[in-house]
Amino acid sequence: MNLEEYRGIWVYLEARDGQIAPVSLELLGAGRQMADKRGVPLAGLLIGDGVEELAQTAFPYGADQVYVYDQRIFADYRTESYMRAVIECVEKHKPEIILYGATTTGKDLASAVATDLQTGLTADTTMLDVNAETGLLEASRPAFGGNIMATILCKKHRPQMATVRPKVMKALEADQTRTGEVIKESIKLAEEDIRTKVLKIVRETREKVRLDEADVIVAGGKGLGSKEGFQLIHRFAESIGATVGASRDAVEAGWVDHAHQVGQTGVTVTPKIYFAIGISGAIQHLVGMRNSGLIIAINKDPNALIFQACHYGIVGDAFEIVPLLMKAFQKEPDREVTYG
Amino acid sequence: MLHIVACIKQVPDTKIIKMNPKTNTMDRASAPAILNPYDAHAVEEAVRLKQRYGGVVSVVTMGPPPAVKAIRKCIEIGADAGYLVTDRAFAGADTLATSYAITKAIEKIAEEHPVDLVICGKMTIDGDTGQVGPGVARRLDIPPLTNVKKVVEVNKEQGYAIVHRKLEDGHEVVQSTLPCLFSVEKEINEVPYSPLPNMLRAARYNPVVWSVNDLGDIDRTLLGLKGSPTIVAKVWPPEKPKGGEMLEGTATEQVERLMDILREKQGLFRVKEGQS
Amino acid sequence: MAEKFDVIVVGAGPAGTACAYTLAKAGVSVLLMERGEYPGSKNVMGGVLYRKTMEDIIPGFYKEAPVERPIVEQRFMMLDKESALNFSYKGMEWAQEPYNNFTVLRAKFDQWFADKAVQEGALLLNETVALSCIVEDGKVVGIKTDRPDGDVYADVVVLADGVNSLLAKSLGFHKEFRPDEVALAVMEVLKLDRKIIEDRFNLEGDHGCTIEIFGDSTKGILGTAWLYTNKDSLNIGVGTMLSGLIKHKLKPYELLDYVKNHPMIRPYIQGCEQQEYLAHLIPEGGYRSMPKVVGNGVIVVGDAAQLVNAIHREGSNMAMASGVMAAETIMQAREANDFSEKMLMPYRDSLLNSFVGQDLKKYKDATHHFEKFPQYFEQYIPLMNKAASQMFTVDGSSKWNKQKKIWSDLGSAKDKWKMARDLMNAWRVMK
Ligand SMILES: Cc1cc2nc3c(=O)[nH]c(=O)nc-3n(C[C@H](O)[C@H](O)[C@H](O)COP(=O)(O)OP(=O)(O)OC[C@H]3O[C@@H](n4cnc5c(N)ncnc54)[C@H](O)[C@@H]3O)c2cc1C
Ligand SMILES: Cc1cc2nc3c(=O)[nH]c(=O)nc-3n(C[C@H](O)[C@H](O)[C@H](O)COP(=O)(O)OP(=O)(O)OC[C@H]3O[C@@H](n4cnc5c(N)ncnc54)[C@H](O)[C@@H]3O)c2cc1C
Ligand SMILES: Nc1ncnc2c1ncn2[C@@H]1O[C@H](COP(=O)(O)O)[C@@H](O)[C@H]1O
Repeated sequence: MNLEEYRGIWVYLEARDGQIAPVSLELLGAGRQMADKRGVPLAGLLIGDGVEELAQTAFPYGADQVYVYDQRIFADYRTESYMRAVIECVEKHKPEIILYGATTTGKDLASAVATDLQTGLTADTTMLDVNAETGLLEASRPAFGGNIMATILCKKHRPQMATVRPKVMKALEADQTRTGEVIKESIKLAEEDIRTKVLKIVRETREKVRLDEADVIVAGGKGLGSKEGFQLIHRFAESIGATVGASRDAVEAGWVDHAHQVGQTGVTVTPKIYFAIGISGAIQHLVGMRNSGLIIAINKDPNALIFQACHYGIVGDAFEIVPLLMKAFQKEPDREVTYG
Repeated sequence: MLHIVACIKQVPDTKIIKMNPKTNTMDRASAPAILNPYDAHAVEEAVRLKQRYGGVVSVVTMGPPPAVKAIRKCIEIGADAGYLVTDRAFAGADTLATSYAITKAIEKIAEEHPVDLVICGKMTIDGDTGQVGPGVARRLDIPPLTNVKKVVEVNKEQGYAIVHRKLEDGHEVVQSTLPCLFSVEKEINEVPYSPLPNMLRAARYNPVVWSVNDLGDIDRTLLGLKGSPTIVAKVWPPEKPKGGEMLEGTATEQVERLMDILREKQGLFRVKEGQS
Repeated sequence: MAEKFDVIVVGAGPAGTACAYTLAKAGVSVLLMERGEYPGSKNVMGGVLYRKTMEDIIPGFYKEAPVERPIVEQRFMMLDKESALNFSYKGMEWAQEPYNNFTVLRAKFDQWFADKAVQEGALLLNETVALSCIVEDGKVVGIKTDRPDGDVYADVVVLADGVNSLLAKSLGFHKEFRPDEVALAVMEVLKLDRKIIEDRFNLEGDHGCTIEIFGDSTKGILGTAWLYTNKDSLNIGVGTMLSGLIKHKLKPYELLDYVKNHPMIRPYIQGCEQQEYLAHLIPEGGYRSMPKVVGNGVIVVGDAAQLVNAIHREGSNMAMASGVMAAETIMQAREANDFSEKMLMPYRDSLLNSFVGQDLKKYKDATHHFEKFPQYFEQYIPLMNKAASQMFTVDGSSKWNKQKKIWSDLGSAKDKWKMARDLMNAWRVMK
């Protein structure tokens, strides 16, 4: 494989409900920096049915070009059809790096593409960098289930690929004056070639936990001791109009639904205020919340790691501190708490 | 008669691994090895399908010899047969090389008894990528169905399966031809407490063990470290955040101080006069 | 159809595993049932494994077993509030084969030992709790487990389920323990660099030492504390009679914290990181508390039979020895194909005639004696410390004067008589 032939950085633009997924725009931000460092173009890759218009949204966020496959067969995401498009496009234009959002679709697609292209794929990356000369992608992620980061390289294969979780990277401020080139592609693909069919898409109406959009999150961990203890988190959150978050250990203990999990295998959040209560501060949790505006930690153990990641810390028993806090918030009954 | 192969892995119980905060090293030795929790759900789902449609469940793992224990765990859950592929040549495999070795093993299993369905866990708790499942599917050239949270139907006669795939905001109902591969979410089922006869069978069970040589026509350059495009270049402790201000005093004083701070941070937080 | 084995052994501690190993080796079909995730996962011990009994079962076991360190030095510490009187024996004969004792971590050792039994053909079943004995016609014929379809049958059931054996209790073999029959022990495994351990405890290479700590370590309650060296960790713990804790309204972990912060002990554990916290009961009733150990189709071994020598903190060895004796009796009973209480009774006889029974008899009054007369721990150890301090402090007064002072500090003539009497009594229960 001649590595030199591969040039340019791509971001897979995930189209969802007539929009480009926010994570794709975030990746354009990260991709832009790397493209500038390397002096290569940044391209988006957009696949779907009736998506051509969307290509324009990518330019203000940093893309120089967008490759578009706009075909009927791409109406539903299916691994086999989308994968073919990506592979064809890669073989034709030979990018050195492709980034995908670590969403259901992004992970599924990237895994399949990597296998067929026989190249390396780093999952759930939390830091990205590129070597300006060699173009080597340095993809870092928490590893081995411990509080350790690993930098993963793919030296001899191209393209180098990585998935990145939503909210980990920052999108650029949209620059509406920026423009770029839409490159239309198409692939010969018949419905019979595809072995899966989407019969129905069901949007769950059940009350969604929109952690990633919350302004204030009250998150509880194993320190709450029990399902009953965790009610304190619900009560506090409710009383100040916050959304409930949780560590994985609290989720695994069955105290609260997985939808509330913050962290590497949960949601990445960036609220204005994040209360971490009875949470020790493992790296997998921190990567999910460390970009919050104001982090307040309450923990019994003065050596808890969370105190190194917070802005303000209170060493104390949650069951003593939180009720006091709730009282303080309620002190002036005809005042209303707002955020913003 | 369905033949279902579940891919499983033995992993260190990461919940028990404790980090040494000073040296930032892991105490791996103290962590017991367990069956990857997601894979337990994969095996359980295979067993349920077997009970529903009739069939046989085989489990396969690539790993060191002690992984026999993880296979026995699957027998407890109700799997019928286990295959351990173990060889020095597999060491250091990334997801691409792992999926190759597993695929070779499944192909060999299929020589004797064609496979209708492969089931994987959503991810492992040590590798934590979720890439091996789709990788195996691609190599076997069967459709991968990831994030499966419910199996509606598996119809061998007509050669299709219907599942629910979990999406960010709901799910989709997908039909695929058979054979295909599912990787399953935890919520797909609950793994019940195994009955005693299964336990006794598992305690006695010895899996089929294969080395590279048993896998026949295999390209050794695609195995282990050699076959892995990715390498771990360095491992480092995450940047220590500087740490915040610790609030002093009694509980009440701390809370009062915090309220002051919150009020000060006007941009973030306001207590505003109510309507009445 | 429920399965039947020749023998079911409940509990894969030293007693159960020794029994299962011996039976399996002789070709008997044996099911070894353990409630923990794996043998040893929940088991607790200060950490001294005596070589002799284990070696009778597996000669040269230490060459492959996960032992921590061979013990070359045994230290004793008589602790007062701010002082300690120490003595020790260190001998290089203990540093070579066949060694004397070893420190072990049970989580590792039990697992290894059980694997050995499996290699001999025993069937090991983890994560399965024996709920009760299945009794038919006054005879134990099997075990009911907590699993679905969970009954399993055998000619003989061996109860090796440890202190507080619920199964033996349910058969009416013994009652609930009295607080003066059991000690409660809490301990921690503290991680420490092996080089630091070797420097701090004055050890060469792999060698290990044990420190037994008396006196202020238990705030005067009958009991001991200990500090043992593992490869790269320390075991520190404290055990006291339950009755003493109740009387002094103390929580065991408070006591352990006290020990860890004691100025005579603190330096040993400085810079350690807590790895595990464990708590466990020790049956210390001794000979007088020994329950019924044989019934129709059932034998009780190890802690379940109260086989612990509290004075010498021996237990695992007695457990193993009892397990082997049970196995031997069962093999004889198999020849007659009769598993009645009468046929199994030789187990009890060999137990009582062995070192197990003999030692239990020898110390049968010791625990009760010390428990009844707290002055040993409350007064005499501080007195010894004070005496030593006076004797060794160079302050210009003559040694004659010092001795006189020490003698007078011992109190009135009456007090001295009492002390002499106490010492005699102590000698009597211990001799
Ligand atoms: C592959 C992988 C992915 C992971 N992904 C995630 C993830 O997405 N999100 C996540 O959160 N974790 C994740 N983890 C788990 C993570 O490593 C930690 O195990 C987890 O975050 C710990 O949860 P915790 O802080 O609630 O529990 P603990 O670590 O048990 O901490 C509990 C804390 O509560 C304190 N406490 C106890 N009682 C009180 C009291 N009364 N008042 C106040 N404080 C008290 C204690 O001092 C302690 O610090 C992942 C792990 C792995 C291996
Ligand atoms: C703190 C402490 C320090 C000690 N220090 C020493 C020492 O230094 N040296 C020494 O020789 N002895 C020591 N002892 C004593 C020694 O640990 C015991 O005497 C010995 O472990 C007894 O062995 P056992 O097999 O009878 O019971 P255990 O080791 O208690 O084993 C019983 C087994 O049965 C299992 N079990 C229990 N109930 C059930 C059930 N219903 N179903 C299935 N499985 C069940 C348990 O999980 C366990 O594995 C110490 C004890 C303690 C508590
Ligand atoms: N060594 C292995 N042997 C067998 N199956 C594996 C192995 N590694 C991963 N898998 C399967 O692939 C899934 C995803 O693993 P991962 O990509 O490591 O997160 C797991 O849940 C298993 O079903």
